[in-house]
Amino acid sequence: MRAAVIVFPGSNCDRDMAVAFREVTGADTTMVWHGESSLPDGIDIVGVPGGFSYGDYLRCGAIAANSPIARAIVDFAEAGGPVLGVCNGFQVLTETGLLPGALIRNAGIKFVCKTVGLKVGSTDSLFTSSYGQDETVQFPVAHHDGNYCAPGDLLDRLEDEGRVAFRYMDNPNGSDGDVAGVLSANRRVLGLMPHPERAVDELHGGTDGQRMFAGLAEALMTV
Amino acid sequence: MKVRVEVMLRDGVFDPEGEAVRSALGNLGFDGVSGVRQGKVIEFDLQETDPERAKHTTREMCEKLLANTVIEQYRIDLV
Repeated sequence: MRAAVIVFPGSNCDRDMAVAFREVTGADTTMVWHGESSLPDGIDIVGVPGGFSYGDYLRCGAIAANSPIARAIVDFAEAGGPVLGVCNGFQVLTETGLLPGALIRNAGIKFVCKTVGLKVGSTDSLFTSSYGQDETVQFPVAHHDGNYCAPGDLLDRLEDEGRVAFRYMDNPNGSDGDVAGVLSANRRVLGLMPHPERAVDELHGGTDGQRMFAGLAEALMTV
Repeated sequence: MKVRVEVMLRDGVFDPEGEAVRSALGNLGFDGVSGVRQGKVIEFDLQETDPERAKHTTREMCEKLLANTVIEQYRIDLV
């Protein structure tokens, strides 16, 4: 398996994500700078990491979503390529339009940094197939703008289509419908605010994220 | 031509920062304040003399970058 992890100025979870790909899946993982206009050949999955791309100027993820590499990520996803966006990566993916909705300031104003309980909302994706439906997992969150906003009938549509991948057990940020992570219509793009890549080693304090990466590797290797 | 773009959260989208400002105003004794909304203003000089074309270009900028129309609305003023 070959993975690409995107690096923007201000990304700070890029190496954590690369370590998760390498250590859990053995993937040949390439870091790709935001100024590149194409992904390396033969990439099986793209990771868009957490951080504060471009200092969160204008809106979280807005500048990154218009950087040269963003076009290549959108093309890759539109051709059916799997993309995982975590935290700031989730914000970037909503700004590109690959995922619906938007992420705004936490309802309680404060930056939230802790481990949270999540319920698996759908096991029907590359990312969640190794979890059980409604299983509870623990991932860390660390964000200021994680309040998922699903205007109009978007939340109902996501629920009807089984595209809410993870839900907060105890909503830390005011997200509509307790949504912590959503899938694209083709179920091959996942964006989530909690950090599975920071829960892959006993030293992280939890290993619930391991199965996401292991499941990805299994699904992508057997294609 | 100087262009001024005002970006605000759409009506109905909860604005936690606006709410914090309201609460702080209350702490200072400014009672009777409600509906505080916080937004941003973006100003720039545009090399364009035709107001209609300037507005058209700025609208494109807003749709593509300056505002996220999922949650935000914008207003364009030519100064």
